[in-house]
Amino acid sequence: MDASVRIRGLVKRYGGRAVLDGVDLDVGPGEVCALLGPNGAGKTTAVRIATTLLRPDGGRVEVAGVDVVARPREVRRRIGTVGQHPTVDDVLGARDNLVLFGRLHHLDRAAARRRAAELLALAGLPDTGDQPVREFSGGMRRRLDIAAGLVLEPRVLFLDEPTTGLDPAGRRDVWDAVRGLVARGTTVLLTTQYLEEAERLADRVAVLDTGRVVATGTPRELTAAIGGDRLELVVADPGRAAEAAALAERVAAGPPLPGGRDEGARVTVPVSRRAGVVGDVVRALDGAGIDVADLVLRPATLDEAYLRITGRDRAAEEVPA
Amino acid sequence: MTAVGEGTAGRLRWAVADALTVAGRDVAHWRRQPAGLLATLLFPVLLMVTFVYLLGGGIPVPGGSYRDFMVPGMLALVMLFGLEGTMTAVVTDTQRGVTDRFRALPMAPSAVVTGRCLADLAASVAGLAVVALAGLAVGWRPDPGPGLLGAAALLLLLRVGFLWVGIWLGLLTRDPALVTAVQVLVWPFAFLSNVFVPVSSMPAWLGTLAEWNPVAATVTAVRELTGVPVPDGGWATGHAALLAVAWPVLLTVVFAALAVRRWQGLSR
Repeated sequence: MDASVRIRGLVKRYGGRAVLDGVDLDVGPGEVCALLGPNGAGKTTAVRIATTLLRPDGGRVEVAGVDVVARPREVRRRIGTVGQHPTVDDVLGARDNLVLFGRLHHLDRAAARRRAAELLALAGLPDTGDQPVREFSGGMRRRLDIAAGLVLEPRVLFLDEPTTGLDPAGRRDVWDAVRGLVARGTTVLLTTQYLEEAERLADRVAVLDTGRVVATGTPRELTAAIGGDRLELVVADPGRAAEAAALAERVAAGPPLPGGRDEGARVTVPVSRRAGVVGDVVRALDGAGIDVADLVLRPATLDEAYLRITGRDRAAEEVPA
Repeated sequence: MTAVGEGTAGRLRWAVADALTVAGRDVAHWRRQPAGLLATLLFPVLLMVTFVYLLGGGIPVPGGSYRDFMVPGMLALVMLFGLEGTMTAVVTDTQRGVTDRFRALPMAPSAVVTGRCLADLAASVAGLAVVALAGLAVGWRPDPGPGLLGAAALLLLLRVGFLWVGIWLGLLTRDPALVTAVQVLVWPFAFLSNVFVPVSSMPAWLGTLAEWNPVAATVTAVRELTGVPVPDGGWATGHAALLAVAWPVLLTVVFAALAVRRWQGLSR
């Protein structure tokens, strides 16, 4: 079977500025792909085009094998969409919302009721009765929002920043819901600013920056691509952190980290080989009379990979929260 | 679980069914939150009572009965106030992403707007009924007969015109501040008409302006149809029935076209 989402050379301009500047992306059937990128990278624009809400200025997008520009109605019948903010009706209860969406998917009254009951169970909200959605927690509301996107068992589900603004419990709630869907074979394309989210949910990550996909791969591949492991150490005397960093860097002999990532007494250096490196660094620091309070050898995080890929490790700016 | 077939007849059927479903959402809101609807329905009654009993005594009108003069004006104002309701509903749905959610559904795209029209017209019919009953209670005595039906039809026609203005304004912005601005600006628009006072009491140039107000045309026509003496005026007063049809048709044509453009612009 072909890709569930196939994007080729996608271009979208606003007032002469290209928000999307030749995006290529494939999401395979049953895959979860996270579109990762800083604010303004064009993530939402790409999703809005794929869900027929926006017309592209160039390129081609096929969802479930159907061209989104030529046959938007057919695409709408095959997808579920969940936007950045919950769009369920907050005056109505969960069941009434799902019946409403069922009716708008052209199910008859009985079928809409049946489907609503199934979706309530799926979203873990069977006992909310007539309680208006505005009294729900953020996580519950999001789950209902996702359930409303599943009326026709879509082939592809688009989630635009599904956990933005949720507390950690709500976030975990949504992740569980998405994992449940994936187990049923739904293809998911989600956008996120949270690397942890991409790492936990996605089979594949595509990093979007300045309108292009600048890297794709599994989270593991992306972290491996920027060069393996990191040695993180905390020196007892913060005044000697720079000295310790220089020394450790020389001994560990990894590729240099541009800009450095030192915070106070904490020093992070790249490592070219794991074997023996901890002993070597400790001995070198010991020889120089620098006390080490803590030391960890760990793989590079997706966070570091992302910062490197988007070139934001050189800027003062951190990952936007 | 497949959706039912296409074809022109099928599409039309779904367009109607979807519009009813969308309008049904408003009805469900009224059922669950009756306070908002009640406030909308009762505010004009309050205003009418204020004018009839508190202020109207000082306003001389032809024929002498201020309540007979005032009630047709109040009925037309209910149509004007409906504009705010339409606009608020459109802004709220766009701002919360509900509009986009609907646009990505396999439903008839027109239903988002036609559903809004149906719901708002239903609310306006209720609004007319409440003000008319309250008017009867304070002593309004219209001529019974087919003139009343004609008056109701003209009033609802005016509502259709304002409905499209409201939809266009609602699509123009996501900023609730503009809703507030419109809520304020309807007042000078309402006062610059023959709703509360005869235009003959105004300076001549203002009187002419007030006479040409779309609301004024409908008010004069409704007064004529319900047997209320109509004060003398210029051409616009003499041809009120014509204008009471022409204005809403013009508003509908212009603002429906603008609204459709704006709607298509959402995909740009």
